[in-house]
This record gives sequence, structure tokens and C-alpha cells, in this order.
Amino acid sequence: MIGLRAPTMVTIGLFVLMYAVFALQFPYMATPRVAGNLLTDSAYLGILAVGMTMVIVAGGIDLSVGAVMAFSSLLIAIAIGNWGLHPLAAFAVALTLGAGFGALVGAAIHYLEAPPFIVTLTAMFLARGAALVLSQDSVPVQHPLYAQMASWSVPLPGGGGLTLIAVIMIAAFVLGGLILHRTRFGSQVYAVGGDARAALLMGAPVGRVTILIYAFSGFMAALAGVVFSIYTGAGYALSGVGVELEAIAAVVIGGALLTGGSGGMIGSFFGVMIQGLILTYITFEGSLTSWWAKIVIGLMILLFLVLRAAGDSRWLNRLRALSSGARR
Amino acid sequence: MSAFKDTTRWLMTARPQLAALALVLGLNMVIAPGFLELTWSDGRLYGSPINLLNRAAPVALLALGMSMVIATRGIDLSVGAVMAIAGAVAAVLVNSGAPWPVAVAAALGAGLACGLWNGVLVAVIGIQPIVATLILMVAGRGVAQLITDGRILTFNDPGLAAIGGGAWLGLPIPVWITLAAAMALIVLTRRTALGLFIEAIGVNPAASRLSGVNSRMVLICVYMVSGLMAALAGLIVAGDIRGADANNAGLWLELDAILAAVIGGASLYGGRLGLSLALLGVWTLQGLKLAILRSGLPAEYNLIVMALLIAVILALQSPAGGRAWRRLTPSRREIAP
Repeated sequence: MIGLRAPTMVTIGLFVLMYAVFALQFPYMATPRVAGNLLTDSAYLGILAVGMTMVIVAGGIDLSVGAVMAFSSLLIAIAIGNWGLHPLAAFAVALTLGAGFGALVGAAIHYLEAPPFIVTLTAMFLARGAALVLSQDSVPVQHPLYAQMASWSVPLPGGGGLTLIAVIMIAAFVLGGLILHRTRFGSQVYAVGGDARAALLMGAPVGRVTILIYAFSGFMAALAGVVFSIYTGAGYALSGVGVELEAIAAVVIGGALLTGGSGGMIGSFFGVMIQGLILTYITFEGSLTSWWAKIVIGLMILLFLVLRAAGDSRWLNRLRALSSGARR
Repeated sequence: MSAFKDTTRWLMTARPQLAALALVLGLNMVIAPGFLELTWSDGRLYGSPINLLNRAAPVALLALGMSMVIATRGIDLSVGAVMAIAGAVAAVLVNSGAPWPVAVAAALGAGLACGLWNGVLVAVIGIQPIVATLILMVAGRGVAQLITDGRILTFNDPGLAAIGGGAWLGLPIPVWITLAAAMALIVLTRRTALGLFIEAIGVNPAASRLSGVNSRMVLICVYMVSGLMAALAGLIVAGDIRGADANNAGLWLELDAILAAVIGGASLYGGRLGLSLALLGVWTLQGLKLAILRSGLPAEYNLIVMALLIAVILALQSPAGGRAWRRLTPSRREIAP
């Protein structure tokens, strides 16, 4: 099981279909250069979606990721510019803080028995507020290593290239996929998301899983902050406002259920790519504005929800027919 | 005599919320000694308390609808986007020459339609409320942009502008709208069985259905009320700035409304409906924002103070916090609300 189930296949099919239709209209869209840019421009959203997938599969939600991303990108910029830290050391600080903050959020959810929605909303205020306290201005990063990182890329045949941040995003998906689909911890995440009570009775360490998934999401949000600071060459407290919704949308389009216990990394990857593809198409088209993207993404979420609802009820009916003798 | 009994019982249940509001108002008085002063000029009242009620009106309306939705174990993330849609509809109609009552009616109709959409997704198709309303939250602003053609539409119609900036009998019109909406909804939920149905659905949807509650109808109605309240809030915001800003009208106000409902004692697991308590929550939140502003503390501490406040409330409301509280006060027998 690597997360290739029917909803994932629908997501991949939709992506391929959309890409094909767009490429027929604008043949240049099919070039490696555009594909490379698609990956680069989606890098930070993709990394957020990796953490969000883990949280949503476990039946939670994390609204704080955009704010944590902004905080860490700003912290990195200030650490390099004002405190004279080496970029790699700044990255380590930001990633540690992100994971620690996430663990704290997970602990609050578990020990206070509070809804993840409200706890992560509070965490969002806290992280955004802390970022604003650090600086209200956009802080540029000037370091030779940054210029190198921003320009480094694996050349693709036919022009364009796979930039460093695109490579980091793909690595994050591979890591997330291995953890979620290939480890005992991953199975526990599915168990907790499917039914936390049953998972507890079966002996899954629900508290530990809850804390670890939010720590993972916080780590990924901080990594997205690293990538964002390389991508834009600056840190800004108000960057990524609302990006948590895009990440949730990507995971839902990728075939996950917000009730938990369902979803996968491959689906989420294509959920991110579909959103990037819509924005790329709008850029190519020229006359459309970005609010069309919002409407299309909203409709796409609806499409997937209705598909899942229809699929689930059919599945339930079959189950009911099979066990009609056993039931009452 | 039962009115007296009702009042005392309300005062007993509202103790924590009233205490919080009193604390915040006290804080304001310490920071600005003339806080409670009211002046009368040009036929209306002026002063910080009036200002507070006026500024809090949009969130108050949202919080009224939101508490009803939350009591059914739901949530409505789309209210900010619905505000933008309602403002856009009213502005476009007024600019095309329609009289303002028509524009207002159309905006309210748009709000009801948005609520119907959410309600059908939740109650008929069976999608979880967070995602179902997420669709309109994401797409709604796009729709509002579509209506205003991507521009900030300004208007000069005095009738529509009065909804946000006018006054009647000495009080700003947004305050009257808040009070009227609150009274109407409280009567609707407490003088009929509707409030009981709403709480029953929140406590146990299956059991309420089996005992004959038409949960599908009640849910749709609740989301429509939330849409209507959002449309009213959208009209107030549009009237206040004499324009419809599809990008920023009501942005993130859904979060304020949810917070206010939670401060008012609502449980996100449903089953607790307290409209008046939610209003107290809204005013507490607004008072706190005012206090931070007045204290000269940089505005960027706003979010941190709010986050810490919510963290404290969450800890107190949590089952673990409740157990600790009972251990500290062993003599008192707390009755679970």
C-alpha cells in the first residue's frame, strides 16, 4: 500500500487530463521548462501539504502552518542578517523551533482534549503575532550561499531545470510517503484517524502519535519557511496568509477525508500540482484573473467530496448486503 | 415572576462571561479613565462604549449565526466570504440604479442562498461542515470578485451607507441591527422548540433523528440563518466604507466569530446554544482589542495576547482543567452545564 487507491487514481487522472487539454491549447505548456517552473512555484505549498496530509490522515487539522512558515522565513532572514548566523545554522534553529512548536500544539490537543481546529487556530495567532513582533518589514537575505542555492538546479533535457527547492519538495514527499505508508508509525496514524478510541483499545499510543504528527507538521511548516526564504530571498511576517487553506484543499483534492483515516502522499502531491497547473494556465491565458483559480479550486473540492460520498455509500450498501444476516 | 427567575438563572449561567467582560471593561477604565463617559451631540450618543458596540456589530452578527451552527456540532467557515458577496451584490445593484431597499433585499437573499448551499451540502449530501463550508470560503471570494468585476465598487447611496454609518434614536444603526437580530433569534430558539432541536442534533444526531427531530430541515435552517447574519454583517461593512471590497470585506472575521462563540461557552462538540453568551464573548473580544490599542502596546502584540487568552480559556474549559478546578474547590458541587 503506497496510497494508490481509487480516489488517488482519479486525482492523477484529472491532473493528466487537465495538463493534456492545456497543452493542446498552449503547446509550450508541455515543455520541461514549464514543468520545472510548476514544481518550483509549488515547492512551499507542497511541503506544507506533506505535513497537512499526515495531520488530516490522523483525523486532525493544522491551521497554523502558514503562520509558522512566515515566522521561520522571517527568523532565518533575521538570524542571518542581524545575528550573523550561518544559513545552515539558521535553518537548524528554525526547523527545531518548528518541530518543538508543533509538538507543543499536539500536546495541547491531546492533554486538554481540545478540538484541533481551535488549538491550531490559537497557534496560528501566536506564530503570526510572534513573527510581527520580530519585524513588521520584509527582511531581505544577503548571503553568498543564498545566491548559490537560489540559482542551483539540475538541468532538464529540453531547457529549464529542477531547482533546489523543487528537489527539497520532492524529497519531503518521498520522506512523508515512506513514513506514512511504510512504517509502523504510519499505520498508527491511519488507526488513530480511523477511530481514535478503537486505536487506543488496540494499544496504539494515541498521545504519542498525536504529538508526533503535529511536530511533523510543524517541522514541515518550518521547512516550507526555509524554502520560501530561498524562493523569495526574504522573510516577511505577513507572507503565506491563507496558505493553510490551499494546503488543506490540496489534501482534499488528493483524495483524503477530513474525518481521518484516509488519504495518501501521492494524492496530495497531485492535489498541489493541480492547483499549480490552474495558476499556470491562468498566466498563459492572460485574460483570466487569479480569482477564477479560487472558484475552480472550490468546485474541484466539491467534485471530490461528492465523488467520495457517492463511493462511500455504495461501499456501505455492499457491506450491508453482505452482513444482512448478521445484523439485527 | 418567571421573568425575574429567568433573569437570575441567566445571571448565574453567565457568571464567567460577565466576569470576563467586567474584567476587560475594568482594564479599559484603568488605561483610559474616561472610558465610560458618554456625550450627546447631533442627536446621537458618542463615547467609547457606543464605539465598542458599533465596531463589534459585524462580528456580533456572525457570532449569533455561528453559535447556532456550532450548537449542531457544525462550523461555518464561509461567513467572511458571504459578507463579501452580500456587499458586492448590494453595491452593484445600487450603482445600476436600483433603490436601496431592493439592493438590501437582494443582498440578504444572496446570504440566504449561500446558507442554503452550505446546508444542503451538510444535511443532504452529508459532507462534514468544515469542508462543506470551506468550499464557499475559498470560492466565495472569487464569486464576489466576479460580481464586482475585480474592482472595489464604491457607491454614494445614502440609504445603503446609513446601514453602516447612520444613527437612529441616538444609537448607531449597526447596534440596533445587532440587538434586533439577537432578540429575534433568542425568541425563535427559546420560545419555540427550535433551540431544543438544535442542541439535540449537536448532542446526538442519530438519537435526535430517531426521536423525530427533522434534523435535515433544522440543519438547513441553521446554515441559512448563519448566511443571513453574514449578509447583514456584509451590508454593515459595505455601508461603513461606502464600498464593496471583495478581497478584504470580512476577511478572517469567521475566526473572530468562532472565538467569540467559544469564549461564550460554546463547545465545538455541539449541544450548547447560548446566543446572549456569544454576544458577551464578542464584546469581551472587542474590549480586549480596544484595551491593547489604548494601552500603547504595539499592535503586533494583539495576536499574541488574544492567543494567550484563548489558551487560558481552553485550559479552563477542558475536561482536565475541570477536574483540576473541582480538586481545588472540593466543598462546592459543580453541576455540569
